[in-house]
Amino acid sequence: MRRDFSRRSILTGIGGGLGLAAMPAWAQGHSMHGGSHGRGGPRIPAGFDEVRGPEVNLSIGSGHRIVQGRRGPGIAVNGSVPGPLIRLTEGDTVRLNVTNTLDVDSSVHWHGLLVPFQYDGVPGISFPGIRPGETFTYEFPVRQSGTYWYHSHSGLQEQSGHYGPMIIEPKGGETIAVDRDYILLVSDFTTLDPHFIMKRLRTGEGFFNRQQNTWTDDYPMSGEERRMWAQMRMMPTDIADIGGKTYTFLANGRGPKEGMEYLFKAGERIRLRIINGAAMTFFNIRIPGLPMTVIATDGQRVRPVEVDELQIGTAETYDVILEPGSAPAYSIVAESMDRSGMALATLASAPGLRAEVPALRDPPLLTMGDMGMNHGNGMDHGSMDHGSMDHGSGSMSMQGMKMRDTTLLPPDVKVGPGIDMVSMAPVDKMGDPGLGLRDVPHRVLNYRMLAAAEPNPEAREPTRLLELHLTGNMERYMWSFDGRMYSAVSDVPIRFAWNERVRVKLVNNTMMAHPIHLHGLFFEMVNGQSAALQPRKNTMIVQPGASAQFDLTANEPGDWAFHCHLLYHMHGGMMQTVTVAGPERAA
Amino acid sequence: MKLELLVSAALIPLATPALAQPHQGHGDHQAAGPHAGHQDPQAQEKAEPADPHQGMDHGTMDHGEMDHGASDQRAVDHSTMDHSAMGHGAPEPAAASPGPDMETPPPPEAGSGAPRAADAIWGAEAMRASREDLQKTHGDFTLFWFQADRAEFQARQGDNGYLWDLQGFYGNTTDKFFFKSEGEGSFGEPIEELEFQALYSRAIAPFFDLQAGFRQDLAGPDTSYAVVGIQGLAPYMFELDTALFLSHRGDLTARVEAELDQRIAQSILIQPRAELNLAAQDVPELGIGAGIDSFELGVRLRYEIIREIAPYVGVEQVWKTGRSADFARAAGEDPSVTNFVLGIRFWF
Repeated sequence: MRRDFSRRSILTGIGGGLGLAAMPAWAQGHSMHGGSHGRGGPRIPAGFDEVRGPEVNLSIGSGHRIVQGRRGPGIAVNGSVPGPLIRLTEGDTVRLNVTNTLDVDSSVHWHGLLVPFQYDGVPGISFPGIRPGETFTYEFPVRQSGTYWYHSHSGLQEQSGHYGPMIIEPKGGETIAVDRDYILLVSDFTTLDPHFIMKRLRTGEGFFNRQQNTWTDDYPMSGEERRMWAQMRMMPTDIADIGGKTYTFLANGRGPKEGMEYLFKAGERIRLRIINGAAMTFFNIRIPGLPMTVIATDGQRVRPVEVDELQIGTAETYDVILEPGSAPAYSIVAESMDRSGMALATLASAPGLRAEVPALRDPPLLTMGDMGMNHGNGMDHGSMDHGSMDHGSGSMSMQGMKMRDTTLLPPDVKVGPGIDMVSMAPVDKMGDPGLGLRDVPHRVLNYRMLAAAEPNPEAREPTRLLELHLTGNMERYMWSFDGRMYSAVSDVPIRFAWNERVRVKLVNNTMMAHPIHLHGLFFEMVNGQSAALQPRKNTMIVQPGASAQFDLTANEPGDWAFHCHLLYHMHGGMMQTVTVAGPERAA
Repeated sequence: MKLELLVSAALIPLATPALAQPHQGHGDHQAAGPHAGHQDPQAQEKAEPADPHQGMDHGTMDHGEMDHGASDQRAVDHSTMDHSAMGHGAPEPAAASPGPDMETPPPPEAGSGAPRAADAIWGAEAMRASREDLQKTHGDFTLFWFQADRAEFQARQGDNGYLWDLQGFYGNTTDKFFFKSEGEGSFGEPIEELEFQALYSRAIAPFFDLQAGFRQDLAGPDTSYAVVGIQGLAPYMFELDTALFLSHRGDLTARVEAELDQRIAQSILIQPRAELNLAAQDVPELGIGAGIDSFELGVRLRYEIIREIAPYVGVEQVWKTGRSADFARAAGEDPSVTNFVLGIRFWF
């Protein structure tokens, strides 16, 4: 069934033929109890409904999902995956009543929202969690507008579908005039129990990577390079820990063959709110034949910048403006960063019209620059097109280099088995468009291209530098900040004084890109803009072997989670509590 | 150069991606002219260096002086410009802050101790369980792992035989209880080798565990050993398992095993394997001679039906050398045996 496309109602987009109205078992009073990641229970439909504040009722339940014929576990909010679009208005005080019908604890974290810390939704840091059968009410004033999302912060529930989009309308109405306003929430679906995935990541190195280098692969690597990687005990193909053999990539809950469709008429102006709600996947988003003008990221407006492709890290959001021309349809391609699969949607001028879908491009490979070896001929391996494979073999030599020179680490990093690599020369790569996009022949977004649309209220010079090292051991699947997994530092928070202005430098001593997320506060990425125009974000990708910096003003008191937003990295230990002292402690 | 950069940067239209001009200029002087005013983001991208102020290789670059100049210029900008009064209609050239360059500890007002803000809202008692659960599940949780590295039928001259080589652990990322078992024999005869090990395994390096514990042999004369060894992944991806054994009779022996998994295709692997057994003295009751007791060299080709289950075929050659060979011959055995093997490797 289809709906009329009034400006309001189409926000959720439609799935071709599926529609939105399949009311879930949950809503009909069926029991959703059962193992939290079981594949039993009622079927959970894809796609989402819409609920509107200021008072919203949500219910978390379990069931099963079927994506392209494959059945997997499901945890749903209001009976669908993704959960309903929550629409709030800036300036309202909202009440979000969340009922947990699972037989285990659950929670909802409002990703990117400025809330009193006790309503941030992280069990063990901000509140006790929501017990089975309990209804918990989150109540807070809405102090911002833009595109956000929400998800579970309990166990590994997010992997099974506990996530959904959120739009906050500006007080006084939307200022960006568009004909259509759509959400594209990309995510990853698996038939597996996420706890099984976690265990296999720890015990079976490369378990989910079906693109490993082999004797018969097509990777443009010389024998010497292959031996070098083997010598280092690292995989140049470790772009994503979990690939398309395990995951089906979803657009608004639908697989690439399930016809996610957005309608348009030529000449219309469309706002597409892209949310990466995946557990582990970075996506390369492009619409062949149609440029995208980025106008916001992580809910915060930026100066418009037109690109042909952008890489969205896990938990990031981008709002883009599209102005489709006369083509009957355009494919919205969300290729996973390791190019093992894609989520797919179509902009169609009439229902059912389709555009050509480009084939998956060749998987990228990690390079020396991704190990922080930015030496000799410049510091820009990472962002230069020679970064991949066409090096003279001499420059790839390991002669005289140490993969793990722990003397390069500051003394507050705990050196131990949890660190398998130390970036030799970690340089700032805010201009890196991301793995695999460094040499594509069109315009790709990078962080340096972002500038705040409105000057930041706070542009003080930071008074302090905090350097944090992202550390890990791929073989043991240990992940940490400063060499200490969360289990070792759960009682040792990163502390900020009230209203303190701090520059945080993140140094990535691993070969993976980590989307680092800070709860409760926005930070401003140090990307070459003036302090007033540094773009505000809550999740920032730190490229492999590189550093990245943000400035923050510690003006949201309380305890906040701070972690890598790759779900299994967070569970592998890359997490710490941030404590912002309240004004009462101010000197 | 500085002036040129400032001017060109000021001319850049607002919404172009070329907003980091001064940095680009500093990083790549040759490119500064053409790129500072260039509108093609791809070209920008290629010319784009990482911020030289973040790099660790100032020393290797030739424009150290320019960097200083640029920093000074920024310092001046900050001390003399009133940012809030500028209206921010345009990106200020060279206004990006270099920031503090030394890490310093948080001020005392940041407080100290464990994060307990939620206790004040919900009560310490209410928070306890979730806090413990978060700590337990984010980082170093315990796992159980079991692997039959080799479970195989061996075809050879004379009586065919069998072999198993199992291991597993229960523990977390750095501390584990490890168990190992090996057994082999010929069909129709008493088992020739039957060994169990129970070890504490401690991560001592990113790729290596130090292991210590006990070994009990049950075939032949019962023998107990103290074990100390190293297990892990050596450069070039060799799986190594080495151990020293001191028996209750005071005999010292050692074993080195190395395996190399080579992927031919995503699900087809070839695995060369070598094992070396050494002894510090003759142990006649066990048929062991001083020096190199035995050496095994094999290769196995396996197919992963799923990652966890992989049948294989292979061939392995075992040599007994020196006194061990003499002991073998005296017992009516051939000191050199070739086994054609058919087996399965599995784990969970």
